Amino acid sequence: MTNTVIVSLVSMGAMGVLFGAGLAWASRKFAVESDSRIDEIEAALPGANCGACGYPGCRAFAESVVGGGAPVNGCPVGGTAVATQVAKIMGVEPEDSGERLVARVHCGGGHAQAKQRADYVGIDDCRAAIMVGGGAKGCEYGCLGLASCVRACPFDAMVMGDNGLPIVDKDRCTACGRCVVACPRDLITLVPCSKEVHVLCRSFDRGREVRDNCQVGCIGCKACERVCEYDAIHVTDFLAAIDYAKCTNCGACAAKCPTKAIIIENGQIQLAETTAS
Amino acid sequence: MSRGKTFKGGIYPACHKELSSGKAILTMALPKEVVVPLQQHIGAPCSPLVKKGDIVNKGQKIGDSEAFISAPIHAPVSGVVKAVEARLHPSGCKTQAIVIENDGEERLDSSVAPKGDLEALDAGTIKEIIREAGIVGLGGAAFPTHVKLAPPPDKKIDVLIINGCECEPYLTCDHRLMLEQSEQLVYGTRAIMKALGIDKAFIGIEDNKLDAIAAMEKAVAQYSGIQVVALRTKYPQGAEKQLILAITGKEVPVGGLPMDIGIEVNNVGTAVAVATAIQTGIPLIERIITVSGEGVREPQNLLVRIGTSFNDALEAAGGLNGTPKKVIMGGPLTGLTQFDLSVPIVKGTSGIVVFNTLKTATHPEPCIRCGRCVDVCPQYLVPTNIAQYVDANMLDAAAEWGLLNCCECGCCSYVCPANRFLVQSLKLGKEEVRAERSKQTS
Repeated sequence: MTNTVIVSLVSMGAMGVLFGAGLAWASRKFAVESDSRIDEIEAALPGANCGACGYPGCRAFAESVVGGGAPVNGCPVGGTAVATQVAKIMGVEPEDSGERLVARVHCGGGHAQAKQRADYVGIDDCRAAIMVGGGAKGCEYGCLGLASCVRACPFDAMVMGDNGLPIVDKDRCTACGRCVVACPRDLITLVPCSKEVHVLCRSFDRGREVRDNCQVGCIGCKACERVCEYDAIHVTDFLAAIDYAKCTNCGACAAKCPTKAIIIENGQIQLAETTAS
Repeated sequence: MSRGKTFKGGIYPACHKELSSGKAILTMALPKEVVVPLQQHIGAPCSPLVKKGDIVNKGQKIGDSEAFISAPIHAPVSGVVKAVEARLHPSGCKTQAIVIENDGEERLDSSVAPKGDLEALDAGTIKEIIREAGIVGLGGAAFPTHVKLAPPPDKKIDVLIINGCECEPYLTCDHRLMLEQSEQLVYGTRAIMKALGIDKAFIGIEDNKLDAIAAMEKAVAQYSGIQVVALRTKYPQGAEKQLILAITGKEVPVGGLPMDIGIEVNNVGTAVAVATAIQTGIPLIERIITVSGEGVREPQNLLVRIGTSFNDALEAAGGLNGTPKKVIMGGPLTGLTQFDLSVPIVKGTSGIVVFNTLKTATHPEPCIRCGRCVDVCPQYLVPTNIAQYVDANMLDAAAEWGLLNCCECGCCSYVCPANRFLVQSLKLGKEEVRAERSKQTS
């Protein structure tokens, strides 16, 4: 009995030592050279795997930075802080990644302002609602309010307001662009964080149709175009659009807008988000 | 209840066909104005051939397309073109449409003439007549018929099935058509057989329409190649794949078309439209629709011109009986809900059903995993799992579970005790997967 125990312990121990030695030798002999910078960069990245950089996940982006394909400031989520770190790891000068962008929903027609043409009963998804007779909202271009963008946000930067429109938390938004893709009405764009004047309408309808459906829609009157001193706002196809590169946040257009389709964030004329939770 | 041929799965909804099945087809008074959308079929939209101010004759071609998968449109009435503009379509979007003010003269266009004896026409000529007459599947999908009649050379069609099931509740227009126009139906069937160069056809009819079965049996008595088949009254007996399985015992392969197993299915209304186009030369400018439901005063089967507004058709059925809660184009299980009754009747409109109370549940609960949707799915799918994958945006997994085989019949949503919107999730998933795939290939 004792003999069996000793024999098995010794033989197992000997085999363990033997295999261990074999593995140790093999790991030296067949070692794959890997760039330690990839791991360092991956550690520096936010790790959300959101894909906003255009690569499938943070690891793939890190590999691409080391491999020479991606720029050191290619992570829009991490912003300047991460870009500086990555540049340091790579031993290059940090490039200026420009101003931080945030998502902006270009529709101001909440429950109180926009007409519903039907009651929608079905799954909570804007894309699904559009498949049922084009959605319940009177305006063909407006926000359907079923929160597809909110569910798509991996950073909890969006919530639905009481007025049926999504609200972006500018501090949390990383401009990953998931909501932009999720919106079937193309209402969300990424705009520079410092810009506070926005056209909250995407309707290409003529003025009368817009007024029929919504109190705060752009009717294409061009009053904003005339009042702008910086050539920053233009009306095409009955819809005003701001050129953010030229806009100075002066707010003259918002003050002039007869339907209040143009708003100044944090200002007085903010109809759409007054009931924000 | 007799046990006709059928398929596995399916549901037995209350059919409510008694509201209109005894009413003979009523020719509706001509509308003052018709709105003819340029897109009434699956495929490329037509380009208008007329402009504002033109005078058009009844039956005159007013829109056509170069594309193969498309069907021309014709003026349903004689009159003046008031506008070519974007108008609301029953699909819920605005599409280009030709608006014609009826002058009440019913002037026939010079192009409208009988095409001669069926025996003297060859297959190619019949296909050309069908295309020129703008005939599309009148069961509801509106797929151009001439495209179905021209399979690729490696696919040989040997059996024609004429679909007279009408399995959707409330609809009775095909039932009345089989009773009242059985001769034309057989003529149209023979024309389609000739166009396909085959000598075998089945007419499938659900066994809740015994009078239609008798009428059709009488009409086909002298043609040995055409056989009337009684099918069990069950939804979706009239779905293409289920109909083929019930009649021939063959299954359409996954991702395939009926033509892959040598079968072609056409609706009874389509066959009659073919007969009309050959016998009188009048293109597809009118169709039979059922106006029914508790929300209309006198449910009717109406012969209407394409482009007539829903309002006019409802008026012809005695008007609305109270405030409608829901108006559906087509049957209640696969139809399209409408929010505006000024939309025109299009080629694919098989009926208008009006409800004053909502029959559908509005608040879904979590799935209790009872498996009823699995039992009823005629496509052998697991709707609840696929719907959950779609809701979680896991489209690859959903596709692996057979998402694209869903025929959108709605049986799963109908039986779900937790009131889940299963078929809507599946429809959304199908759209998403197709969009994703077309993005990858382009």
